[in-house]
Amino acid sequence: MAGSPSSLNRFYTVLGVLAAVAIGALLYLMNRASTPTVPANVKVEAADTAGFRGYVLGSDTAPVEVIEYADYQCPACQSFDVVEFPYVKERLIETGRVRWVYRDFPLDQPHRWTRLAAHSAACANEQGKYWEQHSSLYETQPDWSASNDAGGMFRDFAQKNGMDGAKYDACMTSLKFAGRIQASSDEGIRLGVNSTPSFIIAGRLYAGVQPYDRLRALVDSLAPVAK
Amino acid sequence: MNRRMAVTLLCLAGVFLSAYLWLFKLGKIGTLACGSGGCETVQLSPYARFMGVEVALIGLVGYFGLLVLGLLSLQPRFAASGWPVQLLAALSGAAVLFAGYLTYLELFVIHAICRWCVTSAVIIVLIFVLSLLEARRRPAAGAA
Repeated sequence: MAGSPSSLNRFYTVLGVLAAVAIGALLYLMNRASTPTVPANVKVEAADTAGFRGYVLGSDTAPVEVIEYADYQCPACQSFDVVEFPYVKERLIETGRVRWVYRDFPLDQPHRWTRLAAHSAACANEQGKYWEQHSSLYETQPDWSASNDAGGMFRDFAQKNGMDGAKYDACMTSLKFAGRIQASSDEGIRLGVNSTPSFIIAGRLYAGVQPYDRLRALVDSLAPVAK
Repeated sequence: MNRRMAVTLLCLAGVFLSAYLWLFKLGKIGTLACGSGGCETVQLSPYARFMGVEVALIGLVGYFGLLVLGLLSLQPRFAASGWPVQLLAALSGAAVLFAGYLTYLELFVIHAICRWCVTSAVIIVLIFVLSLLEARRRPAAGAA
């Protein structure tokens, strides 16, 4: 049964107010979301890679260089970073035997946040906090992988890691490192990388997670420790 | 408030609920407000699409159609006419079956519960029941 004209008018008013409140709430939520999209296959400019050869950890004079191509959203890369890399860092990098170079190799399908994570790490690098952000990203990978606000979570890591939030936000919004990430990916493809993680050691490509013992054996064979 | 008003109000709630889920799928909204975390598991699963179309978008279009019918049914010229509520009952009945299928997927295939989906299922059941009761009601004599 339809109501009387006055009750109908009251109902339409209530309906209109509720619709306005709901639209306002949706607009607020859309405005609050802080996840930009880092484009893939951007045109790489010379300035994107000038003076950059990857994120380097270790001594310039280390006898062995290991280049890791990895994807922040790849579970195997996370496994390597969380389980094996601490040993590598402590026993091979910090002892001056290995210089580690991390390069991005984002696998956009099915990893929708991988470029955003790589960009977040690049922005952290700008503030001298690359490895802190790198660790945060890998340690929490299952959480942000399933989130629809990965950008917000990355920002929380940036704050936790002591970065200037405004500077970080400006960097993320500018997408200034999209070209560098693409260049790293292109370089990996040129070298034969087709899965992550992959490692290039003395010009040879090693695909898949390399346990610490295997890496140490390789380093030993390339640069034996003087007895 | 009469049944037709209640149905219209529920349709409006459905429109905004499905708009919320659809905007999430478009990446326009951050994390879904969902205590259990099951919402994102469900929304990011392959079952969040039906025949290539986002389920949330199907919900948005469907609820919007029901809202238009609900508003029509309130018009004085349709007070004695049963067709808007009969159509509401038929369409919401089909939607209840669809919601039942989606709930089955949540419980037995995805093994995660999205509270927004459950809320939508409750809304559509209420719309169906109320519009069915209204459709079966004999118009009052002399109603205009």
